[in-house]
Parts: sequence; C-alpha cells; structure tokens
Amino acid sequence: MKKVLTRRKLITSGIAGLAGASSLAGVVQVADRYGLIPPDHGGLYGIGETLTYASQRLLVGRHALAREFSRRDISKVVPVNGPPPRQDAYQRLLANNFRDWRLTIDGLVARPSAFSLAALQGFPSSTQITHQACEEGWSFIAEWTGVPLSYVLDLVGVDPRARYVVFFPFDNFWESIDMADALHPQTYLAYGMNGQDIPTPHGAPVRLRVARQLGYKSIKYLSRVTVTDSVKDIGKGLGGINPEYGYSWWAGI
Amino acid sequence: MEGSYQLAVPRHSALVRLTHWITAISTFALIVSGIAILLAHPRLYWGETGALGTPSLIDLPIPFMLGHSGWGRYLHFLAAWVSVLIGVLYVSHGLVTRHFRRRLLPSTADLMWDNLGGVMADHLHLRRCHLRESASYNTLQQLAYLFVVFALFPLIILSGLAFSPAIASVIPELVNAFAGQQSARTIHFFAGAALVFFLIGHIGMVALAGFKRRVGEMITGGCADWKEPS
Repeated sequence: MKKVLTRRKLITSGIAGLAGASSLAGVVQVADRYGLIPPDHGGLYGIGETLTYASQRLLVGRHALAREFSRRDISKVVPVNGPPPRQDAYQRLLANNFRDWRLTIDGLVARPSAFSLAALQGFPSSTQITHQACEEGWSFIAEWTGVPLSYVLDLVGVDPRARYVVFFPFDNFWESIDMADALHPQTYLAYGMNGQDIPTPHGAPVRLRVARQLGYKSIKYLSRVTVTDSVKDIGKGLGGINPEYGYSWWAGI
Repeated sequence: MEGSYQLAVPRHSALVRLTHWITAISTFALIVSGIAILLAHPRLYWGETGALGTPSLIDLPIPFMLGHSGWGRYLHFLAAWVSVLIGVLYVSHGLVTRHFRRRLLPSTADLMWDNLGGVMADHLHLRRCHLRESASYNTLQQLAYLFVVFALFPLIILSGLAFSPAIASVIPELVNAFAGQQSARTIHFFAGAALVFFLIGHIGMVALAGFKRRVGEMITGGCADWKEPS
C-alpha cells in the first residue's frame, strides 16, 4: 500500500514537473516571439535582465515619448567619455569635413543604400530637447536635430523578419536596438546638437540618438547600419560591445 | 518560571522566515551592487541634470572608481527583482493572514507616551525584555518594521524607477514627484542609506537580545524546544 502511494506520488509529481518545465519553455518561446527576451539573457544575471526588458517592453510600449524640455533647460556642461576614433579612415573624413562620408545601410532591407551627410540633411528633420544619462550617473539635457531612423528605414524597405538594427561606428564600439526603439519617433540619426553641427567629440558627423535608454546606446561616429533578425553571429552574440564588457544590452534600465 | 516558558505556536510563520532570509540576501546584494554603481560617480545632485563641472549637492568622500558599475547593475537588477517579488508575496500574505494587523500594528494604548517612553527607556538602557514579552514585538520594533516595509522600501523602489529613462517616458509624473532624475538618484541614495542604518540597528538589537537564540528562531520558527503537553 505504502509503495503504491509512493509511486503514485512520484508519477503525479513527475507529471507536474514536466508540465511546469514545458509551460516554462512555452512561456519562453512566446516571450521570444513577442521580442521580450534580450540578447544577453544567459546566466543568472540574464534572469534579471529578461524580467526588466520584458516588463519594460510591455509597460513602456512603442509609443511612450521621452520627456522634452525647453531651450533654457539645455545643459551648459556636457562631458565626453573617450576620444574620437583614431582610425585613419575616420581622420581622413574628418580632415575633409565629412564630404566623402557615407552611411551604409544593409542587411534585411529591400534597397541597401549609402547616404551622404547632405542626403541625410535633405530628409525631413526632427528636433528634440531631451535628457541623457550616462550609466556612470551624470546627465545632461541637449537639443538634437536629425532624421528619424524610421524615415530612413522606410526608405530602404525593412524586411518583416527584421528584429534588430545594429550600429557600427568608425571605432570598435557597436550596439543594437530592437525594432520598437528603431521605429520610435525620438530615435534619430542625429547630425545637429544645440543648433550646430554635432561637435567632433560628440559623434560627428552623425550619431544615433535613442531617447529612452542610457547614453551608451546612442552610438557616435556612425559608419554602417545593419538590419537583422538575429545578433547571434555578431561579436559574442550579446547584441553589442557593452554587454561584452559587462554592461546590460537593455539600457532603458 | 521564565526559563520554562515555551511557545505553543511558532514565533515566526514559515512564510515570514522564508521571505525574511531571501530579503536579507537580496538586500545585501543590493547594498553591495549599489555601492559598486555609486563608485563610478560618487557625486549627488538636485534637479534634472548634473555632471562634473556643474555644482553638486554633495561630494561623497569616496574615490571615483570606474569599471564596477557593469556587474553592479546586473546584480542590482537581479536582486531588485528578487526583493520586489518576495516583498509582494510577504505583504500580500501579511494582509491576507492579518499578520500586520495582529502583530505589527500598535494599539492606541501602545502609542501613548506612557508606553512609548517606557519602551524607549528600555532601549536606551539596553535593558533586555523578558522572555514572555519577547513572544511579541515591542512598540518601537513595530513602528520600525512598519516604516521599513510600508515607507522605506516603496520609496527606494519608486525613486529607483524614477531615474530609469524608459519608465520616465511612461510615468513622467513619477520623475516630477522627485523633482527630477538627479534628485531621484539622490533620494534613492539617502533612502538606501537609511535602510543600512535600520539594518545596523536591527542586527545590533538581535545581538543584544541574544544573537544565537533570535537568529535560530528566525530559522526554525522558534518552537524547536516545544514539547507536546502530556
């Protein structure tokens, strides 16, 4: 009698365990389909990252706008982390005032393209005065002018399979954002800062501006943009160089 | 007589013990990782913005140390999720079982100066309570726990959320309530520091009341030597 009960208990708990595991696997699959799993989801820390990214994606959604400020809120002091790229390719373009600079857009797009600075400046422009915080803790408010990334992505025709847009600058930094941020109206390919061309230390000629994440996602000195359905094969597959150095891929914190 | 007093029911329920120790571990992780993040920029500001070259509210007397905020933030968020989820479990359990009402809410008489003065005098003279009294919480203990659970932890969570750029885009009122993102960061720091002071007091009181016995009770429930009446 006792043996039967034990076996029954074993079987029921086994079934419950299997159901639990498969429902967890199911949840993960559904979450991944809806873009709720970040590229750096591995390991123990990945649990916290996934919870943060998934809950913020569900809460923040695609359309919530970062707060905008007035011109008198613009910070007079804007510190800079790190020098401009030392690479010859960048230095030559800088010396020539970026006349020969092109932004390549490729990957999962119908019409891979290369845009000059004048071409980007010829597109309908947008301006925002927003707060940007460095992951270290300091922050500033600046005015950014540029073309919304969504406009350029529409122009090149993004494939429906696209899940990430990856940004490569002239130095060895690189980062990616999901389509929700890529198509967000405050995500710019920015060429102006506080009413002028972006000063060299702030990312000339064109930098990314992602208003709802920490500063390190707003990659400077852009050279190439790639649209992709997976970041697994880029670098260590964590979606950016920052996660490779131990900093979260999702920086909406 | 005192020595033979034994508790008929556990001093701490299983859920209170479990959530206490998980919260203890996650809070420790939050403090360590919080310091790691703070070291990257140990300057506090008031308002929306602040950086080197702008006036600070406070320059903390600790060195700038880059390179620890990455793992610090990963650990901070993992531990924050554990704390918040366990906190939700603890608070909803405490409300449903009327734990807060029965054991943590002081009666009107307890809040009279006669009682409060006596309890404070006991604390100031480091007078140990009698074993029989120790089966319940004293008024200062009740007020401290209620403050930590219903004021300090919510303040820490809300001020932390207020300097998240993504959350700020959905609930800008939260940032305004804290007078800006840098103010929220400053308040987050001071609320965290208040929690550290509470923990020093809490652990100090446990030590004074008999460290081994009290910690043992929080692990076993406090009825280890309970014998069935014959």
